[in-house]
Amino acid sequence: MTHVSIASKQMTIGEATLFPLFAVLAFLSLVAAALAHDAPFAFHASLACVASLAASFLILNRYYDRPADLPPQEIDGRPNYNFGPIKFASVAAMFWGIAGFTVGLIIACQLAWPALNLDLPWTTFGRLRPLHTSAVIFAFGGNVLIASSFYVVQKSCRTRLAGDLAPWFVVLGYNFFILIAGTGYLLGVTQSKEYAEPEWYADFWLTIVWVTYLLVFLLTLIKRREPHIFVANWFYLAFIVTIAVLHLGNNPALPVSLLGSKSYVAWGGVQDAMFQWWYGHNAVGFFLTAGFLAIMYYFIPKRAERPIYSYRLSIIHFWALIFLYIWAGPHHLHYTALPDWAQTLGMTFSVMLWMPSWGGMINGLMTLSGAWDKLRTDPVLRMMVVSVAFYGMSTFEGPMMSIKVVNSLSHYTDWTIGHVHSGALGWVGFVSFGALYCLVPWLWNKKSLYSLKLVNWHFWIATIGIVLYISAMWVSGILQGLMWRAYTSLGFLEYSFIESVEAMHPFYIIRAAGGALFLIGALIMAVNLWLTVNAGEAEETQATAVLQPAE
Amino acid sequence: MSFWNRHKIFEKNSIILIAGILGVIAIGGLVEITPLFYLKSTIEAVDGVRPYTPLELAGRNIYVREGCYLCHSQMIRPLRDEVERYGHYSLAAESMYDHPFQWGSKRTGPDLARVGGKYSDDWHVRHLVDPRSIVPQSVMPGYPSLSTTELSFDDIGDHLRKNRMVGVPYTEDQIANAKADLKAQLDPDNPNADAMQKRYPKAVIRNFDGKAGDPTELDALIAYLQMLGTLVDFKLYDEKANLR
Repeated sequence: MTHVSIASKQMTIGEATLFPLFAVLAFLSLVAAALAHDAPFAFHASLACVASLAASFLILNRYYDRPADLPPQEIDGRPNYNFGPIKFASVAAMFWGIAGFTVGLIIACQLAWPALNLDLPWTTFGRLRPLHTSAVIFAFGGNVLIASSFYVVQKSCRTRLAGDLAPWFVVLGYNFFILIAGTGYLLGVTQSKEYAEPEWYADFWLTIVWVTYLLVFLLTLIKRREPHIFVANWFYLAFIVTIAVLHLGNNPALPVSLLGSKSYVAWGGVQDAMFQWWYGHNAVGFFLTAGFLAIMYYFIPKRAERPIYSYRLSIIHFWALIFLYIWAGPHHLHYTALPDWAQTLGMTFSVMLWMPSWGGMINGLMTLSGAWDKLRTDPVLRMMVVSVAFYGMSTFEGPMMSIKVVNSLSHYTDWTIGHVHSGALGWVGFVSFGALYCLVPWLWNKKSLYSLKLVNWHFWIATIGIVLYISAMWVSGILQGLMWRAYTSLGFLEYSFIESVEAMHPFYIIRAAGGALFLIGALIMAVNLWLTVNAGEAEETQATAVLQPAE
Repeated sequence: MSFWNRHKIFEKNSIILIAGILGVIAIGGLVEITPLFYLKSTIEAVDGVRPYTPLELAGRNIYVREGCYLCHSQMIRPLRDEVERYGHYSLAAESMYDHPFQWGSKRTGPDLARVGGKYSDDWHVRHLVDPRSIVPQSVMPGYPSLSTTELSFDDIGDHLRKNRMVGVPYTEDQIANAKADLKAQLDPDNPNADAMQKRYPKAVIRNFDGKAGDPTELDALIAYLQMLGTLVDFKLYDEKANLR
């Protein structure tokens, strides 16, 4: 007789602490909702109460449902990967992406046809614009990063994700933060610091979630079964750590009341400006660049079935990029009351940043050497390669715009908006789409995507959309800048401000059309992914993984 | 051992990798941010700059709430066309009491750093409620609800106190009288008006939205807009004082 040990079921430490903690949190939120000083805070406290109740119910329910033993780390000698939270984040990314693109289209139309503001407090451009930026950067981009990082770190370390409840806490907690931040903007709850709009309590919650994210990622790295930490993981780690530092540096604030939404940020005036753009530019540098470069370093080699072009280049790329990026913030403050030396320093480092950026681009593109023919047959790979090309383009444009004389023309104009979108739609958008197109069949165990033809349609429609968008913004931005500084032969300013506003109208329509195409592409993608999950052909038994070193 | 071999220490130890990342990203921020807390040009006090009156602060909070900074900058650059279009270039001191700063990064609409006194109150009332009734080509949203929403200011004293805690030099006297001062700024006949103006030199006292009754959000916002950029008297400002 074999000895069978029947483990008596016990709550894990996580379950035993989190269940009562959420129950207490639900009660405290209820009290806060009842005593709140303003309506938005009461609404958010109620949301927190419902979410906490749901969390404690789910934890308890999961405890009763699960077998006595936790999921094993390995099954038959192969790592038992944890895909649940990744699936959730992938779906959330697609959802928030479409929501964010839609709001972007709405505000683009508002600029062309201002009547669309409806003149209601919660539908004006000023409230919807942060909703758009946060939804695309933090909700769409953030969920793509969380999903892909949790996938890559497990696969490249050949080990199950650290933690039992923690990965779920990261994914659900992060999306709850998005919910609080987004509904807050509509209700007028904002710090009005660009890309750092969420108020103090949302910031506080994000801090807890983010530290957990860092711990899950780091502990998974620590228990890896590979001697080396794979390149993509360096970039993910730099992204997670630096975003934590930036978030804490930029957001310390004093709430007027612990039961109200309004706070005053600790920094003021020129110091606040410098903190803000140190944060703001490195949100671009680490959230929208380092994180997505990690995606490039894993998904492009994987899809092309080629090794990374140069390992040494990736070492230089990594350290040079994270060292130089941090300095570039002041180029957002050229010719302002920020001291001149800081502006010059910011400009100098921005120009230097061109080099590691292109080093990374070369490393990504050249990974295809020997596999260029795949661009013809695999639209997913093509999407990712074009994203790297857009990355190269906007990382050339960025340093150029950071040169003070160029900036004196481009700053405050639509050129900046165009630049951001060539990076956001072309680079971040496309590389994310590529990653999701790869991830969904892998996660749901499908042979391939439902339709490569639809991916092809998505690619072309979105590419045309991007071209319309950025070229419209180049023209309108440069036109605007030139009109503001135009003089008549008698030495008077040639145009009143409102004439420059009027001149923008046709370009705002073209831009909105470009945005609409990009949104249509994303809708096609969502349909394709949905069909992949629900009607795709299942992958037969997984082939035995061929073991190879991480380099 | 070659350089590439030495790098293995980062590739094989996640704690050393994280320490390396932290060290590398710390340098730039420290070099650029720390000096701003002691350099003269960034902390100089300029004659005339004072903390916001309670009404102006309440108005500023509406400006912040509505995200006005997304289309309007408050930072005039020292370029010929900007100085001619908007006025004297902005000084660091002029936003020293701003938590948060609202310099902005985009001009879908014009810069507002010196909009104070440029238009009448009546212009602002009509323009904020229905921008295209004044400027037909404008793409600004209308804010009709500001004129009908009563300003909530019961806790305005707390707002001043919290501002003091983050470095705005409000006096105990100003905090204690915050509510009374807010009302007094809207009514030249208010018995507190003189005392209020003593506490906040150059504060403009009048009924900004032109309507009788309780203070509205429109009152506060216009009071804020009408003081923007008006505190420093540039006839007396010595711009050479900071040259080294």
